Amino acid sequence: MSFVQVLFVAVRALLRNPLRSFLTALGIVIGVGCVIAMTSIGSGARARVDETFSAMGSNMLIIHSGTSRRGGARGGAGTLPTLQWEDLEAIQNEVPAIASAAPLLTSAAQLMAEGQNWASSVRGTTPVYFEIRNWPIGRGRFFYDAEVDAGAKVIVLGQTVVDNLFGAFTDPIGQIVRVGRVPFEVVGVAAKKGQSAFGTDNDDVAFVPVTSYRSRIEGGLGQFLDGTIFASAVSAEATQEAQRQIEELLRARHRIRPGEPDDFVVRNLGDLAAAQQEGARTMTSLLAGIALVSLVVGGIGIMNIMLVSVTERTREIGLRMAVGARPRSILSQFLVESMVLSLIGGLLGVAAGLGSASWLVARFDWPMLLEPGIVALALGTSAVVGIAFGLYPAWKASRLDPIQALRYE
Amino acid sequence: MSAAPASSRAAAGTPLIDARDLEKIYSSGDVQVHALRGVSLSVAAGEMLAIKGSSGSGKSTLMNVLGCLDRPTRGRYWLAGEEIGCLGRDRLADIRNRLLGFVFQNFQLLPRTSARENVELPLLYAGVAAKARRQRAEAALARVGLADRAGHQPNQLSGGQQQRVAIARALVNDPKLIFADEPTGNLDSRTSAEILRLFEELGAAGITVLLVTHEREIAAVADRVIEMRDGEIIADRRRASRRSTREDA
Repeated sequence: MSFVQVLFVAVRALLRNPLRSFLTALGIVIGVGCVIAMTSIGSGARARVDETFSAMGSNMLIIHSGTSRRGGARGGAGTLPTLQWEDLEAIQNEVPAIASAAPLLTSAAQLMAEGQNWASSVRGTTPVYFEIRNWPIGRGRFFYDAEVDAGAKVIVLGQTVVDNLFGAFTDPIGQIVRVGRVPFEVVGVAAKKGQSAFGTDNDDVAFVPVTSYRSRIEGGLGQFLDGTIFASAVSAEATQEAQRQIEELLRARHRIRPGEPDDFVVRNLGDLAAAQQEGARTMTSLLAGIALVSLVVGGIGIMNIMLVSVTERTREIGLRMAVGARPRSILSQFLVESMVLSLIGGLLGVAAGLGSASWLVARFDWPMLLEPGIVALALGTSAVVGIAFGLYPAWKASRLDPIQALRYE
Repeated sequence: MSAAPASSRAAAGTPLIDARDLEKIYSSGDVQVHALRGVSLSVAAGEMLAIKGSSGSGKSTLMNVLGCLDRPTRGRYWLAGEEIGCLGRDRLADIRNRLLGFVFQNFQLLPRTSARENVELPLLYAGVAAKARRQRAEAALARVGLADRAGHQPNQLSGGQQQRVAIARALVNDPKLIFADEPTGNLDSRTSAEILRLFEELGAAGITVLLVTHEREIAAVADRVIEMRDGEIIADRRRASRRSTREDA
């Protein structure tokens, strides 16, 4: 018999008992459905973590000054200004794995507009900082490099500052905001960034060109950079390498001998992102593991029903042998039957999995990402389950003695 | 199916069935049952033969061995010139498929399967294409007078009709030899007579028929009756008259 004929016979046999066939396949449907739903949602979650971190700037590195030591007491990171402006230039120009770098000087200041005032954080930086942070402009514009060079008195406000100084009905662009006693012209409003991962309000800030900050807001420390450097690696993968290169560069520039501790701190968000990724991945494989177990349970269901079916159809098997079926034909008939059962179960399971995943997505606003590889894997697994669990019943059928099978009551 | 009696007889130089000293011993545990104790039998092509005997006489065992469903413990068996004893399961299946047809007491039709599909079954294992299978199955059904029942399932047919479907199935692959094991055992006497008439027609068409039965009336339609008891042939009678009637036909 050709394979098509075997397939035909198998499908006919299954259709003779449609409800039972369906219930048998249901185990596989649920197993495959779980695999598909879990991995789709799992990959979606991972993609969202990716997205979140790339929004934060997953290839971002933050360089702090070192730690002060006075007697035995050590201050926190950045308490001893060791970073120099020349270090920033060197990082920008001499580290191959670094795409760009920006200074960030921060101080608390009272902001005043007409009629309102608000205590916030004022930061001096360069336009490239917004690129590194992946921070788009909401209204107006960021200040230009030329304005940084010129020390222009322009300011970009965060949304929270705008809300508190101007309310909802005044267009802040073009208004004057005074920082201390120095008037700055509002040129833009940074897009709302919301809460940071650490619970502080990202939007309660105001940015001014770093030059203006140094000349108008804080006197500055001459050659030392009293703040942090934000840098971005050329890619997320290069973050580790960039960190190593920066450490090497700064140790050389600060003339730190081997064995002595760094007088600076380099941190990267890649570690955090990787940990999150790892968590999501562990979750996915855990769920996929549970789903695989249910696939095996489904396979046992198939084996059970195939054994019942072989017993039930003993006389049919005997007759088929009497009219000329070889043992191999009987074997392949039952094997194909169980494979068709589990493959149909697999196909229905993919549909059910996608259906329930998209329902969950719609219902709970979870992200979903369908991986074609997983669909192929689930279908392949269900076919393998069908063959593996169908093999014993089919073998049993093919070993029947035709005479005894024909006489079987 | 068009093999005329004359041509079968021409081939009858070598007998269709040539069995020598067949023995069959079933052992279950310590008990050994001698179902056949040295049976020798020669059947020419075109003969209509009845094997008679009470239950336990070994007639079913003989049929199973001759029908290549079972292998003898000892003895040699040639079917259409080919020695069967040493063949494997696959070859035996092929011989059953090509040379033999079976009719059973309880019909052995597949449930929830149409008459035509039941009849097609041997052709499926012979590797016949779908269209030819259909045509040949319909022809075989027409031959047993069930052309209009091809689409019916067994439970929609009477006992006699079911047995006719089974006969059509035995006929469909142009066998040389049909084995019928108590073919009328489950039928009333009128239907039995119809079925026996059908076997007579097949015999007249030159197909060798081997009927296994314990009923005298059924054995009466055969032109040779073999009687068995305790695994041995105790009588082998030919009925010249019936044979000559057939030659007149």
